[in-house]
Amino acid sequence: MNFYQDNKSLAFYLNHPKMEEIVRMKENDFVDAENDELAPKNVEDAIDNYDKVLDIVGELCGDVLDPNAEAVDIEGPKIVDNAIVYAKGTQQNHEAMRDAGLYGMALPRKYNGLNFSYVPYVMAAEMVSRADAGFANIWGLQDCAETILKFADDAIKDEYLPRIYKGDTCSMDLTEPDAGSDLQSVQLKATFDEKANCWRLNGVKRFITNGDADIKLVLARSEEGSTDGRGLSLFVYDRKEKAVTVRRIENKMGIHGSPTAELVFNNAPAKLVGDRKMGLIKYVMSLMNGARLGVGAQSVGLAEAAVRDAEEYADQREQFGKKIKEFVAVQDILDLMRAKTDAARSLLYETARYVETNKKIADMLTPVLKMFASEWANQIAYDDIQIHGGSGFMKEYKCERLYRDARILTIYEGTSQLQVVAAARFLGNGAYLKYIADLDNFEYAEELLPLRDKLRAMTEKYKEIFDLSGNKETHHRRLVEAVGFIIMGYLMLQDTTRCADFRKSCENIIKLGQGEIAKTYEYVKE
Amino acid sequence: MQKKDFQIVVLAKQVPDTKNVGKDAMNADGTINRAALPAIFNPDDMKALEMALMCRDILKKENIDVKVTVITMGPPRANEIIREALYRGADNGFVVSDKRFAASDTLATSYALSMAIKKLGHYDVVFTGRQAIDGDTAQVGPQTAEKLEVPQITYADELIAVTPEMIRLRRVLQHGIEVVETKLPALVTVHGNAHDCRSRHAHLVIKKKNTEIPMWTADDINPDFDRLGGKGSPTKVKNIENVVLAKKESITVSSDDEGIKGLIEDLTAAHIF
Repeated sequence: MNFYQDNKSLAFYLNHPKMEEIVRMKENDFVDAENDELAPKNVEDAIDNYDKVLDIVGELCGDVLDPNAEAVDIEGPKIVDNAIVYAKGTQQNHEAMRDAGLYGMALPRKYNGLNFSYVPYVMAAEMVSRADAGFANIWGLQDCAETILKFADDAIKDEYLPRIYKGDTCSMDLTEPDAGSDLQSVQLKATFDEKANCWRLNGVKRFITNGDADIKLVLARSEEGSTDGRGLSLFVYDRKEKAVTVRRIENKMGIHGSPTAELVFNNAPAKLVGDRKMGLIKYVMSLMNGARLGVGAQSVGLAEAAVRDAEEYADQREQFGKKIKEFVAVQDILDLMRAKTDAARSLLYETARYVETNKKIADMLTPVLKMFASEWANQIAYDDIQIHGGSGFMKEYKCERLYRDARILTIYEGTSQLQVVAAARFLGNGAYLKYIADLDNFEYAEELLPLRDKLRAMTEKYKEIFDLSGNKETHHRRLVEAVGFIIMGYLMLQDTTRCADFRKSCENIIKLGQGEIAKTYEYVKE
Repeated sequence: MQKKDFQIVVLAKQVPDTKNVGKDAMNADGTINRAALPAIFNPDDMKALEMALMCRDILKKENIDVKVTVITMGPPRANEIIREALYRGADNGFVVSDKRFAASDTLATSYALSMAIKKLGHYDVVFTGRQAIDGDTAQVGPQTAEKLEVPQITYADELIAVTPEMIRLRRVLQHGIEVVETKLPALVTVHGNAHDCRSRHAHLVIKKKNTEIPMWTADDINPDFDRLGGKGSPTKVKNIENVVLAKKESITVSSDDEGIKGLIEDLTAAHIF
């Protein structure tokens, strides 16, 4: 089984027209082609490299990660001699990905990376999540390297970045018992040790994903007497220092492949990343946007797993003398599951493209993606169980694990409610409407114009709702949802123009959005 | 004195993927319709490649310069499996291809392969899969060893030790296992139970995707032309029949100790177990 080959949508987005511009920028017009065997010679060569490497990821996801997922869910990680030991399958997954040279694919080549653009990297994350959403955290936390690359000095980069390729794992140690969503309240203390000429970290971190990672980015209070986010700095800690105690592993509802730990920092030596006081306001915000997009990929991957699981079951299970997929009520659920997955994926890769070409639009789309994809992944996992009927309630079936794994997606890296807060400012300043106008300005296929007109009508309706709502905070979620439906409708329509296979999902998502916006109108009007 | 370089040869075959058989898989005369089946790296040969790479890993730690070379005989497009081997870590590879090899049986094939190996000059160990999924003869490996006049270890499923002078392997046999050792050079045929081959490596795929794969013709391996192809193949296929196994009767075994004991006795008596 190959998760890249069996999902043609991935190659479709990999060959999106905007990829040319992205590749050119990423490869700086191919200056390295002469002297580096790993550097592509031109756009086609780069896309071919992406395709070939994604094929390896797809094969490992299908042949190693996915078959391990059930045992990993049962076994989970444990603490042995103050170290976290992964479940056997998790360890195998990690080694398989490392031995295939797949860690650090987005890092520059001088750090043993492949300098891949963000789109193929996110595709890899999507496939990994489809196989095992828990392992996707361990794999995905290599995002921390991006933060080191962007903000740390050369000495730190040279020390840490080449280790990613060798399979050293990362964690971002942000939350504490009294600082969850509210990171401004972080208390873990950083003091400069003049004698040892390094920073020392003391305090407790809680709910740390992959808590016993080799390389840790730690948010800590470096400014004595400060109380808000401006007193926080970001540090890098090396596990080799052995100055952190793993106090416990949380007993979670799902994603058992991903250990979540409570940690005690005992005078732990650490290095400052970038400038003091910029920890939360600049670096963590940047890290967070990457992580939110990562949860978007994780959600789409899990949704894909659930849709396929449901489709397969509905094709096998017979009742009243026929396959259950032949019942309208069942097919209706399947169609909407597929439409939501396709639409969320379209938004995922649109956002990923903008991360490299237009940060403002990426920042604007990220919360919409995070909210929709994670909420829909939950709905789709719920529907997967529904399709399975009584069997779906039994532990023996995969849908039960997917349902539990999905639940965290709307919570971590910023709850859906916090995504609305992040998106709200783009409602008021008209940024979403401007972006929607740009989406409308596209050469849609003739036969799709009636659908485009529906989207125009939905946009008009949204404007009315916005005026009626007075942009009040109580209505922000509904407004962001309306915007999300319109954006995904347009994106699906562009996809359908390029490939007719998306037609059904496109029609369904526009229909669903139309209904939701009409409901919102009535609700806000009251 | 320690040898400073160590040459490993892997013999591999591109075969039709008989696991994914469609309705057009067989020709009317009972032969395989190769065009209708995807071509893959013969599974046992892939395991032979892994064993070769494991040998290289071990010997490299002793600072020995080790090269793994893959040779395949087949049509020009068999270079696909050479590339696949390069992606997984082989150092280089050749396709031996010529119309004059057509219709080779195992005798002619092993002759051509042995001549290709000799052309490489020095070699220390040759690995190949126990058998190919299209022919299932398991003869080419042993016959090649005969022609090279080197010792052979067949049905190896685990590499236990290798040094520049010897190799020690575990063999799987019908009634158990045995551990054997031979001095080198030698030829090893690898059983399907052996370790799966490592994955393609992202960096190797990018570096080697455009590598030119050299092709050798019959002239390049200096053969006795009478021993090649149909001319060198005494095996003549008279007829191929498609045998479909069908269930003729069923028996019910009670799920207690006695029933199971009876079942074991019956299977043993019928030489199935």
